[in-house]
Amino acid sequence: MPVIRDVMPAFELFQPTSIADTLGLLSRHDDAWIMAGGLDSFDWLKDRIKRPSVIIDLGGVGELRGIREAEGGVEIGANTTLTELSSHPVVREKFRLLAEAAGIVGSPQIRNQGSIGGNLGQDTRCHYYRAGWPCYRAGGNICYADTPTAVNREHAILEADRCVAVSPSDSAPALIALDAQMVVRNADGERIVAARDFFIGPWLDITRMTVLKQGDLLVSIRVPGTFAGKSHYFEKVRDRQVWDFPLVNIAAAMATSGNTIDDVRLVVGGVAARPIRLVAAEDAIRGRTRNEDTAQLAADIATRGAVTLRHNAYKVPLMQNLVKRAIRGEGAWTS
Amino acid sequence: MIACKVNGTSRRLNVHPMKRVLDVLREDLGLTGTKEGCGEGECGACTVRIDGVPVNSCLVPAAHLDGVSVETIEGLGANGKLHPLQDAFVVEGGAQCGICTPGMIMAALQLPRGASTVDIQAALAGNLCRCTGYEAIYRSVKKGARGR
Ligand SMILES: Cc1cc2nc3c(=O)[nH]c(=O)nc-3n(C[C@H](O)[C@H](O)[C@H](O)COP(=O)(O)OP(=O)(O)OC[C@H]3O[C@@H](n4cnc5c(N)ncnc54)[C@H](O)[C@@H]3O)c2cc1C
Ligand code: FES
Ligand code: FES
Repeated sequence: MPVIRDVMPAFELFQPTSIADTLGLLSRHDDAWIMAGGLDSFDWLKDRIKRPSVIIDLGGVGELRGIREAEGGVEIGANTTLTELSSHPVVREKFRLLAEAAGIVGSPQIRNQGSIGGNLGQDTRCHYYRAGWPCYRAGGNICYADTPTAVNREHAILEADRCVAVSPSDSAPALIALDAQMVVRNADGERIVAARDFFIGPWLDITRMTVLKQGDLLVSIRVPGTFAGKSHYFEKVRDRQVWDFPLVNIAAAMATSGNTIDDVRLVVGGVAARPIRLVAAEDAIRGRTRNEDTAQLAADIATRGAVTLRHNAYKVPLMQNLVKRAIRGEGAWTS
Repeated sequence: MIACKVNGTSRRLNVHPMKRVLDVLREDLGLTGTKEGCGEGECGACTVRIDGVPVNSCLVPAAHLDGVSVETIEGLGANGKLHPLQDAFVVEGGAQCGICTPGMIMAALQLPRGASTVDIQAALAGNLCRCTGYEAIYRSVKKGARGR
């Protein structure tokens, strides 16, 4: 059947005005689709690749929007726009890497409309999957991106398990690097999930990118003061400089005394189905001097176990170089 | 029923809540100045301002219009005169085929007088032009920016 992409299929739309009502709606409709800014949602719905019968628009839920200071850190409402996040004075001052990461998503128009919750909840950009091919992630039994003739320049080099799609989010690695916590609610109550555990690989569930299940609402993101005002780094490499999804991005937060690394978080996106925290590299460089040898050491450890596809081997040296640049602290701020 | 303001005039819209704002403007309100390039959020040709903020109208559902104020290219000129930014695009050759122009102008509208090239480039990062090579667009914006 031909698909008329500009015309929406039929569904019920709900526009709740409180978190409580949203949770009630979610518990009553077991195939409800949550829509925040709608940037990612629109694509799926227009193309008829996802066909929910109910859409819940978060636009009217004021409680989900805004940033407030809390215990040395900040709490960010899930429906806060990326523009609000990247331009917020406290975020800019204390959590520069998050401001930079949110401020380099897409274009100004995209950041004005896209929410942080949607940026974290967005699905992978794998073009086979997004075009509606019946791959593993879509419930089928093949990965079209991992065949001898596949176009897979943007796909995974780490942790692939049947599916080789990657996490495209720019804000996700930044939040993991800052030890953020996700506040998730459903009809049964609230749970707090570490950002690091929020994103999942195909081995856990090949059809999802995060721990959010049907009925779950991401309410807010808490960024603790742990790395407030410390040494931060964010860099994104993309095909086009004006705007583009990341090929690989890196977020790093570092606490130092003099030139010694007391504590560090290194997180890389675009290389696996979830942003990867480089724990082994972090452990190897904690207590060391921030210099070229340390950068090299971390880079060597970072890509251990990498498996490349036909067109994405470039991601190995790219990722290593980004790790080195993060440890050197080479200036990469864009604003 | 969706109630909003479009270029200062109150409107009540009886449209599918997930209809694209781009189509609401063009089909329901006859405001065809807003153009469609890609329909995917990538080219910025469909840029309008909602409550003063530039967004891609091809990815905004009509449901998000309730209670807001929309500005399109049609709302810029006054008393039969073009907005200085529109005028500058004419004088400087900032438009060739013209399909990107309304979006460029809506995205540039907020830029203050004397905006730097870097600021202009940042504001127009989401707007593609296949004709001009951008230089004439930057010249036009430099000349016509008034910060609105
Ligand atoms: C042209 C273009 C360029 C882009 N470039 C980039 C880029 O460079 N970097 C990048 O990281 N992203 C990029 N994106 C993706 C974009 O940033 C995200 O899609 C955006 O942040 C989504 O926000 P949204 O509010 O519109 O999401 P929506 O489409 O509303 O939501 C996205 C997903 O998250 C879920 N969701 C949203 N809010 C919640 C919540 N509170 N609780 C539970 N689930 C929720 C929705 O159900 C949906 O599945 C781009 C998108 C486009 C269209
Ligand atoms: S038509 Fe909307 S961004 Fe291209
Ligand atoms: S003038 Fe033709 S696309 Fe810009």
